[in-house]
Amino acid sequence: MKADRGVTRADGPSVPPGGAASRDARPALTRWRPPITAGHLLRWETGLLIVVIAIGILGVSTSSLFLTSNNMFNLGLQSGEIAMMALPMTLIIISGEIDLSVASVMGMASALLGYLFARGWPMLAIFVVILLAGAAAGAINGLLVTRLGLPSLAVTIGTLGLYRGVADIVLGPNTISNFPANYTSIGISPVAGTDISFSAAVFIVLAVMFGVVLHFTPVGRSIFAMGASPEAATFAGIRVKRVKTLLFIVSGVVCSLAGVLMTFRLSTAVNTNGLGLELDVVAVVLLGGVSIFGGKGTIVGVVLGVLAFAGIQNALLLTNFNQEAASIPVGGLLLLSVFVPSMALLIGRVRDRITTRGRAGPPAIGTGHG
Amino acid sequence: MTTAIAPQRQPAGARAAQSSGRFAERAFRFRESGIIAVLALFVLTTSLIQPRFVSSSNIQFVLVDTSVYALVALGETLVIITRNVDLSVQSVLALSAYLSANLFGQVHGIPVPVVFLVGLGIGLAFGAANGLMVSLGRVPSLVVTLATLYIIQGIDTLVVGSNVVVASSLPSGFVDIPNVTVLGIPWLAIAVAAVIGAGAYYLRSFRSGRELYAIGSNPEGAQLVGIPVAKRVFTAFTLCGGIAGVGGVLWAAQFQTINSSAGGTNFSLIVIASAVVGGVAIFGGSGSVTGAAIGALLLGTINVALDVLGISDFWDQAIAGFLLLLAIAIDRGITVRLAAALQKRSARDEG
Amino acid sequence: MPESSADGYRDRGPGEVSASGQQPARGATAGSGTVPLLSLRHAAKAFGAVQAVADASIDLYAGEAHALLGENGAGKSTLVKILAGVHQLDSGSMFVGGAATVLHSPAAAHAAGIAVIYQEPTLFPDLSVAENIFMGRQPLRSARRIDVRQMRAQSAALFARLGVRLDPARMCRGLSIADQQLVEIAKALSLEARIIVMDEPTAALSAAEVARLFDVVAALRAADAAVLFISHRLEEVFEICQRVTVMRDGRQVLTAELADVTANELVRAMVGRQLGQRPPNDHGTAGEPVLRVERLTREGVFTDVSFDVRAGEVVAFAGLVGSGRTEVARAIFGIDRYDYGSVTVRGRPLRKGSPPAAMAAGVGFVPEDRRQQGLVMDMSIQQNMALASLRRMRRHGLISAASERMLATDWATRLRIKYGRLTDPVSQLSGGNQQKVVLGKWLGRQPGLLIVDEPTRGIDIATKAEVHRLIAELARQGVAVLMISSELPEVLYLGDRIEVMREGRLVAEFSRSDASEETIMVAATGQLQEAR
Repeated sequence: MKADRGVTRADGPSVPPGGAASRDARPALTRWRPPITAGHLLRWETGLLIVVIAIGILGVSTSSLFLTSNNMFNLGLQSGEIAMMALPMTLIIISGEIDLSVASVMGMASALLGYLFARGWPMLAIFVVILLAGAAAGAINGLLVTRLGLPSLAVTIGTLGLYRGVADIVLGPNTISNFPANYTSIGISPVAGTDISFSAAVFIVLAVMFGVVLHFTPVGRSIFAMGASPEAATFAGIRVKRVKTLLFIVSGVVCSLAGVLMTFRLSTAVNTNGLGLELDVVAVVLLGGVSIFGGKGTIVGVVLGVLAFAGIQNALLLTNFNQEAASIPVGGLLLLSVFVPSMALLIGRVRDRITTRGRAGPPAIGTGHG
Repeated sequence: MTTAIAPQRQPAGARAAQSSGRFAERAFRFRESGIIAVLALFVLTTSLIQPRFVSSSNIQFVLVDTSVYALVALGETLVIITRNVDLSVQSVLALSAYLSANLFGQVHGIPVPVVFLVGLGIGLAFGAANGLMVSLGRVPSLVVTLATLYIIQGIDTLVVGSNVVVASSLPSGFVDIPNVTVLGIPWLAIAVAAVIGAGAYYLRSFRSGRELYAIGSNPEGAQLVGIPVAKRVFTAFTLCGGIAGVGGVLWAAQFQTINSSAGGTNFSLIVIASAVVGGVAIFGGSGSVTGAAIGALLLGTINVALDVLGISDFWDQAIAGFLLLLAIAIDRGITVRLAAALQKRSARDEG
Repeated sequence: MPESSADGYRDRGPGEVSASGQQPARGATAGSGTVPLLSLRHAAKAFGAVQAVADASIDLYAGEAHALLGENGAGKSTLVKILAGVHQLDSGSMFVGGAATVLHSPAAAHAAGIAVIYQEPTLFPDLSVAENIFMGRQPLRSARRIDVRQMRAQSAALFARLGVRLDPARMCRGLSIADQQLVEIAKALSLEARIIVMDEPTAALSAAEVARLFDVVAALRAADAAVLFISHRLEEVFEICQRVTVMRDGRQVLTAELADVTANELVRAMVGRQLGQRPPNDHGTAGEPVLRVERLTREGVFTDVSFDVRAGEVVAFAGLVGSGRTEVARAIFGIDRYDYGSVTVRGRPLRKGSPPAAMAAGVGFVPEDRRQQGLVMDMSIQQNMALASLRRMRRHGLISAASERMLATDWATRLRIKYGRLTDPVSQLSGGNQQKVVLGKWLGRQPGLLIVDEPTRGIDIATKAEVHRLIAELARQGVAVLMISSELPEVLYLGDRIEVMREGRLVAEFSRSDASEETIMVAATGQLQEAR
């Protein structure tokens, strides 16, 4: 731990005279408690887990193919990119913002890939350019939101158009499909030795990384703080602007990576790749119990949300039911995700009213004095 | 008890602050007429470069093309003003387009106005569902309408299946609607403009309209002064849905071949973008439906202008996106600069 | 200098007062024989297990300004909410104009002629002043359309009745708090409110604005309304009110004519104990300068501010609201930038515009607005305490839950914070305990320089005393303290040196011995006093 430059003193201020506790009466270290305690924190996530298991059971019962390795691979293929993009989106939403340009960054990456490949650039150089472009796209979002103070909902609707426009301009009406087989194989075969698709593997790795960062590091805690109260976060020395810009940049990079993976999977670069996916990404994050207002949410929940979203689509696909009708249960789950917590609050309030003949305590939120 | 103040009845700063307040109001009104100015400028410059731009066929095309967007933007603006958002207009329009167009094939000889009523009814029903959930459930509208977007889209997919409504099944009276002109101006555009004008008048001159602004400007304050917030928000969503339903019928009249993806991807976001370009604040409280309509018109004109100027169509999205960013940056600049100047001046002059 | 009582308020003279009686002793009915506009008799209200109001009775007569005093937790807020129709009485009765009334909703309170002006006015910033006044009741012309001209004319007339001028067509965005309050008062008048409750109205006002508000209160009284004036500032209470009611522990303990009581008696009634003479503050000699500010300037906000703060001393910044003190503090800590000048901590220049840099240099900042700036209300007590020390609790890059818990428990104990569990949201604590959490957050970093902005605003007297003791103790241990305060007794009590700001400039510096309320006020206002 770095010592502070500047002023420190050997011991802290003692209790003012008249205080009861002495400085030595420190509480003994209690036994280790898990960082995420059970209780209301996990209520939506546990419900979601049950839903995911139910989807699994439903899937298995309707089609014997559901839990086969081949199907797991397909599941990952289909939803891998959305899943990847949901992770930085989670952090952005918890920080109090939103990024609707994600699908357009994907498209831009796909267009760049096709364009540069058609001009004979080496793949490695193309990857570098694409990731830089994604970072730049995210940086623009971040700067507009933090430096100019513009609302991210409106800004990212604008950049949704702008970046899709870049894809349009770069690639025009062209379609590039002659990518080398060793890249496009990610659309055909799973990662060596496993059943999962490449994008799913990337998702799993990113999920662990993002989960650790969000829930266990100072940066993660600061993301929750700035989502819950941006002013107080600034007053506590949190670099709100810097962190938010960083989150947008990370989103841009991950989305451009997703765009590359999608292009290889489909073996096609076209300006409409990823069109319309941004709402799916937001939906998956909200399904996971992340609050649209910021300040609340877990990566575990989002992972479960991804599984629910993908599972529903996949189950329908296997039963030859119209796959696009999957949006109905997804929409239903989304509604539940906002109504269940407020229902729980309502029930809690009703319960208090019954048992204690009035509210449980005087309203603490008032004009600041009692 | 000592006091140490020289009583002042009217500090000089207050007078200055008042006049700056007037300026603020004028600046905001300027913003709304500003979008008209931008449109005028845009049309002017393009027509200077390429006089073909203002041909009657181009004008008719643009007006017809943007009519539906402008109309749905009216409904969306009602919702945005209250600090909400309705993402489901896209799927309401799509479902209404299919069902109403399909009706011609199912019920022979059905009068066109009845089909419009059916579309309106479908829209009102879904809008009311949105309104109920948002106002009673007190849940965020972005999530609710995202959910209903999904649900209605799913319903649309199931209903449409793999069917397609073909133009030949539609009566000529219906299909001709976008083509009828009055003195060279499409009747459709006039009708939409009339509706928008009525909406603007309502928002400006009637209590319930003003209350929508109050709700968006300060939701808790609106509750405190006794505004029936739930009722107003419910009405806004219901109207928005109904208008989207009518828009769906118009869409069918315009495009005639309807499958399950009528409206196109990102329709909702385009409508929201039109409103924001037209000066409607994304967090509510200010903006006008006329501004939103002009915003739709502006975004719709870009494509035609590009064609006429010989620039590739593919610049359309980028320019539209850039315009939106410009619009919000300017709005923000006006707000921030004014508020800071006003507060600084009154703080310095008082006390 | 006239003899001051223990609290620094001048004694007003002899008077009889019943310290715990239920009914006023004598002469307390203004205009005896008339029916009070509003009357509460033995009001009681409980929330679950907490009896917020146990037995309160109050009478408000037309034409009087009636002060309501009491510590936090005494029940004032609940009483106000009862009058506002937000809560209903459990027992007891309310009479409006002599008729028994039950107010089921704020609308019913409005209908009964009661209006409440809260500390933070809730206006619609995007709408005009006139619309704010008449929202929902705009005057109509034909076909139920709003008559804008009538609305503006009526608004102007209301302001004229109050003796002030405000443009009705002007948008509310950018109005000062004082002007916003005027709009609220005009709204109350337009509702033909006869009973106007003002909840801590002067907390954020400058002296000129306070004077204007007092004129408005006089105008309201002249219009035969009753004003219920809730304030912590006794000097204001003595200036504009005629009668006072003191509440303690949910009961009305004193009602009297202000001419008949002393400030000391009021405080005693509020607190229930005799406040003795305050001990002289001795910090010993101050050490090296920890903070040196030189010619700090931010255009239009403050100019040429130079001062230093030494280890072990408390430098108190006095001045009127709006004089720039908070802005200087924010500039030092890095929340805002400044244009010229320098800030040095322990001899090393401090980078401007960077709170992390200030924190690394050992500076802590307890801000003015506890709820928006000092705390993240949604987070737990523990998380709030740790928020400024996250880096220090890292082990292998991750936050150590044990360290976090230890820090929080440690400081909660030292500061005697009353809480249920450390994982409870901090919003559940009382104002005083919340302030302690903010202090704990910064003290946990062992700062060498602590800036506190209005350390005891909005907290009860007992916690106030604890915070004062804490600040004095910090100084005794060698911390340099920069304290901004608008409460002169607090400034005089704690300040080793007192700096006075006026309109963005440092205009005076006093040592403990030459400071007094008068000298400070003269410097703060630059004007001669008017003795009352």
